[in-house]
Amino acid sequence: MRAVGIILAGGGNERLADLTTYRTTSAMPVGSCYRAIDFPLSNMTNSGINKVAIITQHNSRSLHDHLSSPKWWDLGSKQGGMFVLSPYLAGNNSGWFKDTADSIYQNLTFLRRSKEEYVVISSGDCVYKMDFNDMITYHERKNADITIAYRRVPDSEDIRNYGVLELDEYERMTDLEEKPLDPQSDLASIGVYVISRTLLIELLETISREGRYNLVRDVFARYRKQKRIFGYKFDGYWRNLGSVSTYFDCNMDFLKRDIRALLTIEQPYIKTKPKDEPPAKFNGRAVISNCLVGSGAILDGNAYRSVIFRKVYTGENSQVRNSIVMEGTRIGEGCVVEYAILDKDVVLSPGANVIGTPDKPTILSKGSVK
Amino acid sequence: MIAMLLAGGQGSRLGVLTATKAKPGVSFGGKYRIIDFPMSNCVNSGVDTVGVLTQYQPLQLNQHIGIGIPWDLDRRSGGVTILSPHIKAEQGEWFTGTANAIYQNISFIDKYNPEYVLILGGDHIYKMDYSAMLDFHKVNSADVTIAALQVPWEEAPRFGLMNVYDDQRIYEFEEKPPNPKSNLANMGIYIFKWDILRDALERDNRIHPDSDFGMHVLPMLLHDDARMFAYPFNDYWRDVGTIESYWEANMDLIKTVPDFNLYEEFNKIYTESDHQPPIFTGPNAVVQGAILSEGCEVLGQVTGSVLGPGVIVEEGASVKDSIIMEDCYIGRNSRLERCIVDAGCTVGDGVVIGCHGGGNVPNQLRPKIYYTGITVLGERTVVPDGMRIGQNCVIYGETYPSDYPDAVLNSGESIIRGQKTTEGGDEA
Repeated sequence: MRAVGIILAGGGNERLADLTTYRTTSAMPVGSCYRAIDFPLSNMTNSGINKVAIITQHNSRSLHDHLSSPKWWDLGSKQGGMFVLSPYLAGNNSGWFKDTADSIYQNLTFLRRSKEEYVVISSGDCVYKMDFNDMITYHERKNADITIAYRRVPDSEDIRNYGVLELDEYERMTDLEEKPLDPQSDLASIGVYVISRTLLIELLETISREGRYNLVRDVFARYRKQKRIFGYKFDGYWRNLGSVSTYFDCNMDFLKRDIRALLTIEQPYIKTKPKDEPPAKFNGRAVISNCLVGSGAILDGNAYRSVIFRKVYTGENSQVRNSIVMEGTRIGEGCVVEYAILDKDVVLSPGANVIGTPDKPTILSKGSVK
Repeated sequence: MIAMLLAGGQGSRLGVLTATKAKPGVSFGGKYRIIDFPMSNCVNSGVDTVGVLTQYQPLQLNQHIGIGIPWDLDRRSGGVTILSPHIKAEQGEWFTGTANAIYQNISFIDKYNPEYVLILGGDHIYKMDYSAMLDFHKVNSADVTIAALQVPWEEAPRFGLMNVYDDQRIYEFEEKPPNPKSNLANMGIYIFKWDILRDALERDNRIHPDSDFGMHVLPMLLHDDARMFAYPFNDYWRDVGTIESYWEANMDLIKTVPDFNLYEEFNKIYTESDHQPPIFTGPNAVVQGAILSEGCEVLGQVTGSVLGPGVIVEEGASVKDSIIMEDCYIGRNSRLERCIVDAGCTVGDGVVIGCHGGGNVPNQLRPKIYYTGITVLGERTVVPDGMRIGQNCVIYGETYPSDYPDAVLNSGESIIRGQKTTEGGDEA
């Protein structure tokens, strides 16, 4: 094995509003049967990385629930394995992770005990499919100390939400600014990094002594002149689930044939925790078109351009349009749901209407009853 | 209690569906295989040690069961063990009968030395709590308990029946009697005290080299005055041994309120499906009265049908009253009616199957298997564009336009190519 993996899945996110009251962003349900973390985690194992640490902190219960067993991602082995690392109390200065770099630093034993040459770090809340081997090969070819994957951000997206890179003609990073007010390029980091394991240990020990805790600001940006840091261009599908609108758009992207094929059908597969639900059941005379449907759903009502998760029930004469309906939600007879995100286990009484707008989908939080 | 699951049977009346797999390995209800039902019943009943006896075409079954992960049978003690016939001291020996198969695996059971042994078939669709049956067995201080299905009286003459006293103790077995005294049918599910069974197997195998539970071991024990009881079972139970009964049982699942409920939160049925992508229904799709498994992409029309995982139904295609198994492709503007399409088939564009003229003419090669109007495509069959195919047809293997005179296969006709990997794959 050339690398070990670290997935940063500890962050909270206020921009997702009620959707992250009970879960961290990495545990966001997406694409009818996945959670965000399935994508980076499957990318790791699909790239032959068989030792992966997942660092959790904020609102971690539902994420831990999802990560019930390493065997769902083929990590249930004696060599390597899946290490879920959460903050704990100990005699020294430990406790909550102060930031990204600190969360790795506090688990430095994981890196010290590894033998692999490289570390691949990924954020846990992005939907993408990537072979990290290509990136490691690129890293070696560039003789880089650190490699940061980036993508070109189209005008339709606001690049000011991302870390913005400036690269020279050899792809070497000359500047890196986190969420800049006045971005100097259209190249944004996608939160995937390759770094040699011993260098990472050394840097984390150094910055920790200086009371610095952030991976991007205190390691990558600060060391950009001392270390050889390169950008690695990724032009595949990539979405961050950081806001309601990107979350909504990402789910709707699954309705496009090429994106759905990439993320759900083509090998290597994105793996998730199996739920053993029976096949989805389409009753009666309803029309369910342009929809993603999860197993175990029972649909008596109409649905159009929506992402319907597992075990959803829709009653007769109900209409679900342009919406996301999460696992276990029950929509009564005659309900109208449009531009809405219904979280898990929502119950809509017969005749209830939930209607939002394309710009601002209405969100009903987990377990709510209307 | 440990379970021994007999999964070696061919199920020859399922025709081409069992050409490359044993009957317990045949798909059912879209994503399941028949063996998933007894396997899941075991774990839902707290039975954590299961021996699966295979013989006929075991490859798919072995791959399906693996180390038992879907059923939580990947355990350090117990778990699932596949028991195949093997070469002993000097010669190889097949399993020659149901009881003989258990007899040949006495050493496996001895290793666990259980108090009770549960013997199961791998051929039926049902949910049952074997632990309740074990309680019944203990309360009666029984030597043998046999699960008994109460069948309608008019159907009773088709079954192996048990005649019982008021306390459910069995005093007589009757095989398909014309004038039945009871309607309790033997379901092929037995709980034995291990010491009683062990002794009976050894004795009977000295007499009958093809020792069978129904024919030899149970009558012998009854003759010996063993305490044998019938455990009444009144829930959904289907033998899916024929094309028609297999089709009917699948169709039971698509009713608005199905007779057999897979949607309960408890007593789930588990199956091997590593990859469970979502289902997609296209902008022009119509899916009504159907169940669809993970990864299906329906762009056309699906009504009254059961679809396995990864089935693609193209734009303009229509699938009606059919069973389409895993990873099949149904081309544009094709029309399928009353078909069973086994895994991995490719149906080209503009193909018509099951609704071409010719009527319900029984199959010429196997009139006793294919006679109810259902056309069957064997595993990985390829049907070229534009072919028109009637009822009770069988197609198996990769076929070419030259196989179809005037691009037609009339009702009752067959094309058997078999599979290149299987020698003499003519199991239709």
